[in-house]
Amino acid sequence: MNYTLDFGPVISGLPDLLKGCAGTLFLAVTGMTLALAIGIGGVVLRDSNVKALRILVISFVELIRNTPFLVQIYFVFFALPLVGIRLSPTPTAIVALGLNGGAYAIEIIRGGVQSIHKGQIEAGLALGLHKTDVFRFIVLRPALRAVYPSLTGQFIMLTLTTSIASAIAAYELTSVAKLIENESFRSFEVYGTITLLYLAMSWIIMKAFAVLSMRYFSYPVK
Amino acid sequence: MPAQPERADPLITMEGVDKWYGEFHALRGVNIEVRRGEKIVLCGPSGSGKSTLIRCINHLEAVQKGRIVVDGISLDDSARAVDAVRREVGMVFQSFNLFPHMTVLQNCTLAPMRVRGLNQAEAEATARKYLERVRIGEQAAKYPAQLSGGQQQRVAIARALCMEPKVMLFDEPTSALDPEMVKEVLDTMIGLARDGMTMVCVTHEMGFARQVADRVIFMADGEILEEAAPETFFKNPQHPRARTFLGEILAHH
Ligand SMILES: Nc1ncnc2c1ncn2[C@@H]1O[C@H](COP(=O)(O)OP(=O)(O)OP(=O)(O)O)[C@@H](O)[C@H]1O
Ligand SMILES: [Mg+2]
Repeated sequence: MNYTLDFGPVISGLPDLLKGCAGTLFLAVTGMTLALAIGIGGVVLRDSNVKALRILVISFVELIRNTPFLVQIYFVFFALPLVGIRLSPTPTAIVALGLNGGAYAIEIIRGGVQSIHKGQIEAGLALGLHKTDVFRFIVLRPALRAVYPSLTGQFIMLTLTTSIASAIAAYELTSVAKLIENESFRSFEVYGTITLLYLAMSWIIMKAFAVLSMRYFSYPVK
Repeated sequence: MPAQPERADPLITMEGVDKWYGEFHALRGVNIEVRRGEKIVLCGPSGSGKSTLIRCINHLEAVQKGRIVVDGISLDDSARAVDAVRREVGMVFQSFNLFPHMTVLQNCTLAPMRVRGLNQAEAEATARKYLERVRIGEQAAKYPAQLSGGQQQRVAIARALCMEPKVMLFDEPTSALDPEMVKEVLDTMIGLARDGMTMVCVTHEMGFARQVADRVIFMADGEILEEAAPETFFKNPQHPRARTFLGEILAHH
């Protein structure tokens, strides 16, 4: 063992690494937002009256959950241009993260929706509210509250999964780290450092979710 | 609340209604007329179809046969008819079914805003009026879980009243309550009856029935077996099933 640690390249690359963190957080937050939208929309379609829509959602969920994310992101990256949509790597990564996280979110949120007592829905209908309003105003918030821990876990996972976006050179921490490592060959120092940075970002996201939970889900229940 | 206008046509008509849950025949040839301002108490043994019957009135359940007309609107499964009927029919459930994530006030303003199109100020004014009326105005900012069962049920009544319905349906509104809270809810219902509300109540509170009901309807196995004024029904039930049922109820109370 005559490997001497040299954090010089890491220290001089620190501003870039921090920008990489910002990139990762950006991917994570936009990916989560898209995933949440897909999750909620997917749950509505998953239980709609139109059979074709139900099958579409089920197939989508199965497809995403049974294939590797790396393959999905390459697929989005190389398949979209074939249908005329040309996105640069970062938006491509957001789309892929949103689709992937969305599929898992559908399953999680659906569990929450099913946990809502049917008396709640009936009370809404009896008051004259339409099905969509019943979902939006009566079912959704308690349903999200019920699955909040799983949803948080899934979204932390999504945050870490952003590193796979380095495969298409999206702007995020792992890509930045690869560049520094390529120039300096200081693999251990570079990856050791970003390990800690990912840990810190997970922690931040977790705290952010705790704050959101205080804001939206802290109503008292029996 | 304005008194119900004097109109001769019944507010609710059920004619030859049959309902099946799959193979199970839950309502058999039900005929009912409820006049405007009338108070009906519906009773019968467990599983006799009381809940099913009142849930057909606001189309929480669809029927396979027969005709249901509410306030001149024929419930024909069309979304328009269902919407129109639900606007005029309030319902109170055994398990309150308040929305846990909304304050008492928000529980009361949601439907008037979304369905009646009131703005927030109007909806809140209406809500406060009815919350006062069920004597719970000071709890408007609380969440359901912070209230007792009796208070929750009174909020549920106020919430339904905020839609200014023409008829109120009650499905065993006091059976989930601790005994000491039954009275506050019954008193609220008695007040409502005094003010002229048309009411269809599934309840086994025979004191309430005696005091308030114009008619008691007894059903068993999905059929209406007896219909009479409360004094007649309680003193001299005709049908043997009604006699057995009253015997059991009185033994419990
Ligand atoms: N959704 C349903 N699916 C199948 N059967 C049902 C359904 N709802 C009610 N039933 C059956 O229909 C019958 C009547 O039920 P209903 O709830 O109307 O009775 P009830 O008179 O209100 O009884 P209780 O006093 O217990 O509330 C019962 O035998 C019940 O099992
Ligand atoms: Mg019942």
